[in-house]
Amino acid sequence: MDYVRPSSLKEAIGLLKGARGNAFVLAGGSDLLVRMKGGFVEPDLVVDIKAIKGLNEIALSASGTSVGAAVPCAALGETAALKQAWPGVVEAASLIGSRQIQGRCTIAGNLCNASPAADSVPALVAAGARAVIAGSEGTRTVAVEDIPTGPGRTSLAKGEIIEAIVLGNPLPRSADAYLRFIPRTEMDIAVVGVGVNLTLDSEGRVSSARVALGAVAPTVLLVHEAAKAIIGTKLDAGALEALASVCSAACRPIDDKRGTIEFRKKVAGVLAQRAARTAYERARAR
Amino acid sequence: MSGIAVSTTINGDEVEFLCQAEETLLDVLRDRLELTGAKEGCGTGDCGACSVIVDGRLVCSCLVLGAEAEGRRIETIEGMATGDTLHPLQAKFLEHAALQCGICTPGFLMAAKDLLSRIRDPTEEEIRFGLAGNLCRCTGYDKIVRAVQDAASVMRRA
Amino acid sequence: MTVATYSARDFKSVGTRPLRPDGVEKVTGRARYGADFNMPGQLVGRILRSPHAHARIRRIDTSRAEALRGVKAVITAADLPDLTGGDAGLHDVLDNCMARAEALYDGHAVAAVAAVDARTAREALKLIEVDYEVMPHVTDVDEAIKLESHVVRQPAPHSGVDPELDFSANLVKTTQYGHGDVEAGFKRADVIVEHTFKTEQTHQGYIEPHACVANFNSDGTGDLWVCTQGHFAYRHFCARLLGMQVSKLRVTSSEIGGGFGGKTHVWAEPVALALSRKAGRPVKLVMSREEVFRASGPTSATSIDVKIGATKDGIITAASATLRYTCGPYPGGWAEFGAQTAFACYNLENVRTVGYDVLVNRPKSAAYRAPSAPMAAFAVESAIDELAHRIGIDALDFRIRNAAREGTRSSYGPTYGPIGIGPTLEAVRNHPHMKAPLGKNQGRGMACGFWFNFGGQTCTDLNIGADGTVTLSVGTVDVGGSRASLSLVAAEELGIPYEQVKTVVADTATLGYNDTTEGSRGTFSSSMATIFAARNAINVLRERAAKTWNISIEEVIWEEGHARATGAGHGNLSLSLKEIAEAAPNTGGPVAGHSEIVADGAGVSFATHICDVEVDPETGATRVLRYTVIQDAGKAVHPTYVEGQFQGGAAQGIGWALNEEYVYGKDGRLQNAGFLDYRIPVCSDLPMIDTQILEIPNPNHPYGVRGVGETSIVPPLAAVANAVSNAVGVRLTHIPMSPPRILAALDAQKAG
Repeated sequence: MDYVRPSSLKEAIGLLKGARGNAFVLAGGSDLLVRMKGGFVEPDLVVDIKAIKGLNEIALSASGTSVGAAVPCAALGETAALKQAWPGVVEAASLIGSRQIQGRCTIAGNLCNASPAADSVPALVAAGARAVIAGSEGTRTVAVEDIPTGPGRTSLAKGEIIEAIVLGNPLPRSADAYLRFIPRTEMDIAVVGVGVNLTLDSEGRVSSARVALGAVAPTVLLVHEAAKAIIGTKLDAGALEALASVCSAACRPIDDKRGTIEFRKKVAGVLAQRAARTAYERARAR
Repeated sequence: MSGIAVSTTINGDEVEFLCQAEETLLDVLRDRLELTGAKEGCGTGDCGACSVIVDGRLVCSCLVLGAEAEGRRIETIEGMATGDTLHPLQAKFLEHAALQCGICTPGFLMAAKDLLSRIRDPTEEEIRFGLAGNLCRCTGYDKIVRAVQDAASVMRRA
Repeated sequence: MTVATYSARDFKSVGTRPLRPDGVEKVTGRARYGADFNMPGQLVGRILRSPHAHARIRRIDTSRAEALRGVKAVITAADLPDLTGGDAGLHDVLDNCMARAEALYDGHAVAAVAAVDARTAREALKLIEVDYEVMPHVTDVDEAIKLESHVVRQPAPHSGVDPELDFSANLVKTTQYGHGDVEAGFKRADVIVEHTFKTEQTHQGYIEPHACVANFNSDGTGDLWVCTQGHFAYRHFCARLLGMQVSKLRVTSSEIGGGFGGKTHVWAEPVALALSRKAGRPVKLVMSREEVFRASGPTSATSIDVKIGATKDGIITAASATLRYTCGPYPGGWAEFGAQTAFACYNLENVRTVGYDVLVNRPKSAAYRAPSAPMAAFAVESAIDELAHRIGIDALDFRIRNAAREGTRSSYGPTYGPIGIGPTLEAVRNHPHMKAPLGKNQGRGMACGFWFNFGGQTCTDLNIGADGTVTLSVGTVDVGGSRASLSLVAAEELGIPYEQVKTVVADTATLGYNDTTEGSRGTFSSSMATIFAARNAINVLRERAAKTWNISIEEVIWEEGHARATGAGHGNLSLSLKEIAEAAPNTGGPVAGHSEIVADGAGVSFATHICDVEVDPETGATRVLRYTVIQDAGKAVHPTYVEGQFQGGAAQGIGWALNEEYVYGKDGRLQNAGFLDYRIPVCSDLPMIDTQILEIPNPNHPYGVRGVGETSIVPPLAAVANAVSNAVGVRLTHIPMSPPRILAALDAQKAG
């Protein structure tokens, strides 16, 4: 195995594109090194992107926030403006693993690892985040939900690197929230994760919403019917019940060591209600 | 097979070593530098026994490549005491019997140091969540939490 | 056997809380554990493990691995020839260390390599070709005992099994305990509760993986540095399996990073020695966490039927239990401990228990803290709660009414001396925890627990240095602070300050045989031997003083660390321990005391726990809000570490109750061989764990000490289960009570 630490994106792309055998991007390493330890991957080349200028930065601008691909999740929680704008995204990023893991892991890595249970992904999808992808042909930007195509698989081509995850500015009277279910209180993988992002009209009714479910299908689900169930409502009991049943119905989970199909379906509905209520309260407070 | 030459700073000392690309920082600390205070409990970031601080951030050294240490500033348990004076956390862990077997202790001490550097006067809940990345199987955590509370109070007075 | 007698005394050192002698090394990272030791020229050892739950090994081709540059030895079962001489139990140990004809579980060792570095060793494992014939397997205890089940080993080794029973050959051992006439007792009962309970397999979860450095010399001598609870037992097994003379193998116990029973058995150590023998170089072998889960010794999974009957006024008339315990692919006595302990807390006229040990294709079951007792207590204490509820009596009153006491004939045979079950229950009654209010979705549960405690072979050396300080050499591995306790005991007996004593754990070459630190025996038996060694040393000290003063030894007494002359005419003659030690070269040489005993009379131990939980009825998530442990310690030598044992056992039990379990796939492979998905409690999962130490002296120990290490894991499964059941109004019968199980139970209740 070779380890290289390029100082430019161009160099990194060239290395990945020209690599023979298994080449991997190393950002935080909290997934890659675990897979190496378990013998699940045997890289021939590891390209450490942390020395690339700009990739370690959170850039705030008039149009929103750009989180560099090498920024550790812990840094999101230390950025007050981001916490203020996207509390759901930040709480999701702050739930991954432990303090130790958060010091290393990145949201771009969480996305590219393409685990259906990734904590930050439902929150990013709900927030309408986009991924800036650099390749030899230039840069393209896609919705984050278009990156994972199945467990462990992404739509990235050979030689492509996610450069940053960008979040727009939240609309007025909008807020997001993320909740997950784990059997312990920390250090766990989501059995179900729910990200909700909604906007209220001046009357306090939900005017638009995005609801994303994690760990209940091969990829994170953006559930349009769930948004429909609460749009036009003030999240009354009936709307919440409809939300829960739509979310439960949308799940296509498996039975595994972390939970049963029945459990995941039911809890997806419960968490959707709770996350929606939190997002609603946050939006009302703005 | 050629090694990667790495220059880094460990506990304030400049250190140079050669390592293979797939070696973790934990492997390097333990097997090349004889700093065996960091322990491998799992090798997958789930137990925290290998916790060290890299450029001010608490990390599991089993999830960092040795080669990544280039140019970094690394703190390990071996550098926690000042000469023969124990850090207040070390002293309080002893006093409260916050260790039984002691294998998790170096990791807990590094995590507790990181916690108290961020939060001077943590609540019990903040301590519990701040240390949730470190597994202890002996103590039930009770005495660990009390030791950290006591050390925090001593450090605030200092 | 040595049975001592308790005599009341005013303690000066015992009962105080000094810093542990090995503390500074442990908080500075200097203490050396299993993987922290190296030898010159050492190789890296790695083990190839079966991916199949059950497979015949047709052929192993190691030639490609052997040809790899840097590989110094490759071994299979052929390199560990059978030297067991018909000892079936020892053969099982050998077979478990390295599969011979068949791989019997996912993770079973089939070959091993020693190479110059980890990378080469890893490569070499991939080059070993094993031709497996995959066979049917069974992992569930209830499936395995069925007549039509696939049989794990053919022919299955039987012991005490009734051939008339309709069970498969996987049932390898039957044990029965009890007295009276249970049928008649049940006829007298007004209310009978009968349930079947199930508990899943758990692991001790010590944070330090098994690790050793093995060195086999060409002259037949060897060294083994290893993390173990019993280096003498490891020496015995390794020497037997390698064909070495016991005294030629020196085993040094490293600092140990947790064991809880899991480091009482050999796993990879004989393999490391065999690798060293073949390679002619030292070999370091450290298990990965995945290997620890797949291939060390978790505890049994169980299925238990309990039936208890009582009169309307709350007197138990009969109790019975049938306990089925997995033992992995090798026979073990695990169900027997369950059958013995199940009803040990109660005074029963009619009681009967039957234990069935059942073979399955899982790793060999090993001891885990009060082995087998927590599962039995879960079943019995759940049924006790339910019975009290059905009769309409408070669960605490019901337990008090039926508690065993001095003179009770125990359910496993012996008649009790002074015991602590009654006092722990009375302490519960008076504890503020019982009066604390509960909120919505919250419930409180309690449960009792029992453990025997062991004694056994023990010896200690107590050597007095020229400056009057004392080195105490013990042979029981210190798993959680016993060096502090034993220093306190030596200081107490000698009448000197704790700081003047240094206790060390001696290796197998420098001290006589000691049984393993298990069965809560470490402090109990080594303190007894220490007291005797100190008394022997005191006799030498008195003799030296008498010689100095030219009087008879009978005229010299030992008090407060001084020899003093008694009787008229001797004035105030007095010599301190230090003064006698300084003069030793001229009065007869070094001063020491030794003791070799089989410690008998380990006092049985009882505990009662109280637990409050809150259950989220929408997700089945349980949060432990408050937890109290009340246990009899006999005499708490170092109360802080006694509290630590209480708290640690409770935390392990809470993890077992709520989340910990081995999950096997249909293919018989372990699905969760890591700390991410084998969920031991993290710091934020638990509240403070309150403790109350009761001291009902053990009549068979000079200071009244009882073992304290294990009993604390016995009640939590049931205490948590009773709390959860009270919170949600449904009886939970399957441990762990993971959120999906709780939610399913709630849904089933709603569905009627």
